[in-house]
Formats: sequence, structure tokens, C-alpha cells
Amino acid sequence: MKVLVPVKRVIDYNVKVRVKADQTGVELANVKMSMNPFDEISVEEAIRLKEAGTATEVIAVSLGAQQCQETIRTALAMGADRGIHVLHDGDLEPLAVAKMLKAVVDKEQPELVILGKQAIDDDANQTGQMLAALLGWGQATFASKIEMGAGEAKVTREIDGGLETISLKLPAIVTTDLRLNEPRYASLPNIMKAKKKPIDQFSPADLGVDPAPRLETLKVEEPAKREAGVTVADVAELVSKLRTEAKVI
Amino acid sequence: MSVLVVAEHDNSDIAPATLNTVTAAAEIGGDITVLVAGSGSAAAADAAAKIAGVSKVLHADSAEYANGLAENVAPLVVALAAGYSHVLAPATSFGKNVLPRAAALLDVQQISEISGVVDADTFVRPIYAGNAMATVKSSDAVKVITVRTTAFDAAASEGGSAAVEAADAKGDAGLSSYVGAELSSSERPELTSAKIVISGGRGMQNGENFAMLEEVADKLGAAVGASRAAVDAGFVPNDYQVGQTGKVVAPDLYIAVGISGAIQHLAGMKDSKVIVAINKDEEAPIFQVADYGLVADLFEAVPALSKELDG
Ligand SMILES: Cc1cc2nc3c(=O)[nH]c(=O)nc-3n(C[C@H](O)[C@H](O)[C@H](O)COP(=O)(O)OP(=O)(O)OC[C@H]3O[C@@H](n4cnc5c(N)ncnc54)[C@H](O)[C@@H]3O)c2cc1C
Ligand SMILES: Cc1cc2nc3c(=O)[nH]c(=O)nc-3n(C[C@H](O)[C@H](O)[C@H](O)COP(=O)(O)OP(=O)(O)OC[C@H]3O[C@@H](n4cnc5c(N)ncnc54)[C@H](O)[C@@H]3O)c2cc1C
Repeated sequence: MKVLVPVKRVIDYNVKVRVKADQTGVELANVKMSMNPFDEISVEEAIRLKEAGTATEVIAVSLGAQQCQETIRTALAMGADRGIHVLHDGDLEPLAVAKMLKAVVDKEQPELVILGKQAIDDDANQTGQMLAALLGWGQATFASKIEMGAGEAKVTREIDGGLETISLKLPAIVTTDLRLNEPRYASLPNIMKAKKKPIDQFSPADLGVDPAPRLETLKVEEPAKREAGVTVADVAELVSKLRTEAKVI
Repeated sequence: MSVLVVAEHDNSDIAPATLNTVTAAAEIGGDITVLVAGSGSAAAADAAAKIAGVSKVLHADSAEYANGLAENVAPLVVALAAGYSHVLAPATSFGKNVLPRAAALLDVQQISEISGVVDADTFVRPIYAGNAMATVKSSDAVKVITVRTTAFDAAASEGGSAAVEAADAKGDAGLSSYVGAELSSSERPELTSAKIVISGGRGMQNGENFAMLEEVADKLGAAVGASRAAVDAGFVPNDYQVGQTGKVVAPDLYIAVGISGAIQHLAGMKDSKVIVAINKDEEAPIFQVADYGLVADLFEAVPALSKELDG
């Protein structure tokens, strides 16, 4: 069974994001970029399936600028077998990403595609569901446990009220939540080995997809700032302020 | 203009998140239709008909809608969408699961978690964990949108008298099946709609210590939340997590106890009206967003708070 893992290059989660003065977006120049944390969890899960003998090959795919190859290399260093890069400079929206991933799936015929539940930059939380729709496959979003069976996968999902378990016919789409696993760090020998693993490159045109955005970003602004607060001396002062000043209790 | 709101419900009651979504629909303007897809869900459809501002309820009642599986609900939304300019759902685990699937089938780029309506085509949404607000304009024929519920007031659940019309079910897609659920049960208010939330972080040290927060919560009528660190450590279940990748809350009062204030946590609570932080480290970033900061050991401060509230 082949497993396909889409990995997105995003601003590192530790970076404090700054809005550009001209309000066209956020500052991306000289900012540390990393693999979307949810995608590290996806890669880890796919590698574990391979180690367990369930998966035969793990393919990491990334869409975007040339530097996405670094993100693919990270996945290869963790243990993925090969990479696919769809080169595109400029913004990509989830629908276009899902269409291109569908084209990759049609080529590669994986039984399972594991995506992150959301990318921490745009927080769209759409791509996996859209890919499932376009393929006509079942989807298990926000997964915290995956059990592979014969022709099916049983997936536990983190939902607002607690946990839910569903069963999916394979092939299927899973999107990962935080508690599915703890991703490994790549070892130095594996980082070296990853340099020799193959990465195929395509363009959106090769895949027959028009990546033009449907949404126009008119402006990007700073959120409203909170006024600085006060330090209270003790619990008595806190409760009194909440009662008489803030009037919230 | 006409808006279709996909209701979240449990077959008997309408989830509060649906009421916030109706308010977002009213800001867009035009007639509001609510879709209730469920099984044995007549009570939910009746409740939807009473929501103020709703002009019609479409009720699809069939076994395949019992558990809100996206593979079954999305085709129904797609079949109905043609008559509407906008399709909305709350940005809850239900709406986030179902709506992008419908959007892709409609060949529409969804707009996720809007926090504001500028006009019928233009919306405001937080990006980068709420560190930036993007104003985006859609060129799609139908706008497919999920709604950040904390950004819109709840519509009145009584006062409407919409007609309930049956909608044809589309059958079981046969791609997935529901196995079961482990839902957290609590007498306390629901986290995302509570007026007061008290959350604990890694500083709580273990799950037993959350009893201290629960005691305060019960005196205040508050819900209990947590940071990711507290959930990952197994102190409390996953549905307690507040943050960028957990629940977004905006209560009148948010009390953060033993939480450092990472960007990802702030993303889920910084729109609260009043924020209180209790932390023994005066350098903790949570104090930068707190209206009232108390630098103290939580194991002394929380019991003292509980006592003070009796006074
Ligand atoms: C103002 C603004 C500026 C932006 N600037 C940039 C920019 O300079 N560069 C940029 O790349 N994006 C940029 N974006 C984001 C971009 O336009 C899309 O919105 C984004 O790629 C898709 O949304 P998402 O990744 O949040 O999707 P989600 O649905 O949240 O992503 C979920 C999962 O889908 C998969 N996935 C998504 N995208 C890819 C991908 N490209 N390759 C592989 N897997 C993927 C991953 O598994 C990911 O975990 C910007 C957005 C805005 C609003
Ligand atoms: C992809 C991704 C998504 C994430 N999503 C979320 C999310 O949705 N929500 C979220 O919360 N986090 C999220 N995080 C994690 C986030 O980055 C932080 O790691 C997390 O919020 C830290 O939790 P904490 O504040 O409880 O723990 P810590 O940062 O360890 O802080 C503990 C605090 O407790 C204080 N303390 C300790 N003992 C006491 C005491 N006796 N009395 C008083 N104070 C005490 C300490 O001074 C410290 O400030 C995410 C991270 C990633 C990478």
C-alpha cells in the first residue's frame, strides 16, 4: 500500500508574525520557514505504517516555490521514500492545491493520503476535505488514532464534544490532529541519505490545473491591540476589581 | 440574496453555534433558510423554525444523516446550494468537516472562519493564529463560508415561525460509517458559549489538581478549559483545548491559570472581554494580554480565590 503525504512549507510556529506596512500581507522575507507541524505528524504516521509493514512506500508531496524542496527533504530525512514537487510561485488556495493533489493521486494510486488538519499560516482547514470530495473518497478529519484493517481504516477523531470513531472504506483521506503521535527528529545519517532520494518535479500545467486564486486579498491588517492591564497584589484585590471595576462576576 | 445555513444539531436540539451563524447570515442580508439534515430530527427542525430571522427550514430526515457524516451531508448541501447566493456553517468540528467537502464539489474556494462581513462578497478572517486579519473578496458564484461563532452574537432561539419543508434525502454514499463516540459529559456550561472560562496549563501539574479549578468554576458558573500542554500531558480530555488548533472562546471573563501564553493559546482566547492571568513567573507572556495579572503560586492563589468568592 502506498501512502501519500502532502507537506506544506509555512512560517515556523515560533515566529511572531508581522503584518507588512502596506497591508498586502505578512512579512515573509528572512523569516524562518518549517514544515507545517500537522504535516510532521502525518509523515510520522505514514512512516509508522511502513515500519509496521502496512505501507510499502511513503511519498511526500509539496506544492509551491522552489524552497518547498527543503520541506520535502525534511520528510525524506524522517523516512519518506521519495518526493514530488509541484513548482508554483505565488499564492495557492486549498481548492487549487486539492485539484493538483488529485492529479498526483490519479498518477500514483495511493490507498491512503494523510494531510494535516490545518496549515498554521492560513488556518483554512479545507484541503483534505476538498481532496476527498474531488476523489469521491471517504474522509476522517482531526484524527487522533488510525487503525488499518482489511480494505478499511478505523479512525478516532477529535471533535468538539470529545472523541468520535468512524470507519472508512479504502482508499481514503485522513487529516491529522495534534495527539495522533509525536513526530521523530531526523538523525544525521538519515539527513545525509535523504539527499540521494529522488524528487520529481511538475508544474500545475503538467497536472492540468489552473492555480489562479478565487479569492482576492484586499488588505491584511494588525488585529486590535489589547490595552495594557494592571498587576494586582493579591486575590482579595483581584476579586474586588472583578466585582466593582470590570463587573464580570 | 438568499442564505442557506447548514445547522449543527443533535437531532433534538439546535447547537448554539447555529444561532451565531444565523446572525452572520442576517449581516449578509436576504432570506435565511436553515437546513436540518438528521435522523429522527423533527424536534431539531421545529427548533430551527423558531429561530428569529429564519424564513424557511429545509428538513432532510433519513438514516444516513444520523451522525452528520460529511460523505452523506455534503452531497445534500450541494444539491440544495443552487438556489442560494451564500452557504454558511459554523466553524465547529462539524462545519469544518462538512463544508469544504461541499465547496469542492461546487468548485468553490471556501472562506474559512469569517469574523466579519464587509459586504455580500467581502469578508474579514483571521490568519496566522489571529496575528493578522485578512479582508478577502470572493469571485465565486456561490459563497461558501464557515463562521467564527465568537465573532457574532447568537440569534434569538425563540420568536421565529418559519415553515418547515421536507427535502429529499440523497442516500448513503457508502464511503464511511459511524462506529461510536466518547463524549465528555459535564454539568458546566459549554466552553465556546460560556460567559466565564477558567483554564489550566502545564503549571497545574496533574489532572487531579484541576479539581481546584472546577471548584472555582462551579462558584462562577464557568466552563473549564486548558492549554495544549495540559491536554497532551493527559490532565484533561482533548475537547478542553483552547487555542489556534483547539477551540476559540471569547467569554466576558477568561482566567488563565499556570498558562504561559504561547501565541497558539492566545489565538483562542485573546478576544475575551476581560482576561485574568495567574502565574508565578512575572515574565510570562500571558501578562501582556491580561487585564488583571496576579504573580503568585497557583496552589495558593486558586484555593484563596475559591474562598474569596464565598465572601
Ligand atoms: C495574505 C496571505 C498571504 C499568503 N502568502 C502566502 C505565501 O506567500 N506563500 C504561501 O505558500 N502561502 C501563502 N498564503 C496561503 C495560501 O494562499 C493558501 O491560503 C494556502 O496555501 C492554503 O490554505 P491552507 O494551507 O491553510 O490549507 P489547509 O486546508 O489548512 O491545509 C491543510 C493541509 O493541506 C496540505 N497542504 C495545503 N497546502 C499545501 C501545499 N502547498 N503543499 C503541500 N500540502 C499542502 C497540508 O497537508 C496541510 O496540512 C497566504 C495567504 C494569505 C491570506
Ligand atoms: C501546531 C501547534 C498547535 C498548537 N495549538 C495550541 C492550541 O490550540 N492551544 C494551546 O494552548 N497551545 C497550542 N500549542 C502549544 C503552545 O505552543 C504551547 O506549547 C502551550 O500553549 C503551552 O502550554 P502551557 O502554557 O500550559 O505550558 P507552559 O508554556 O509550560 O507554561 C506553564 C506556565 O505555568 C506557570 N506555572 C508553573 N507552575 C506554576 C505555579 N505553581 N503557580 C503559578 N504558575 C505556575 C509557569 O510559569 C509557566 O508560565 C500548539 C503548538 C503547535 C506547534
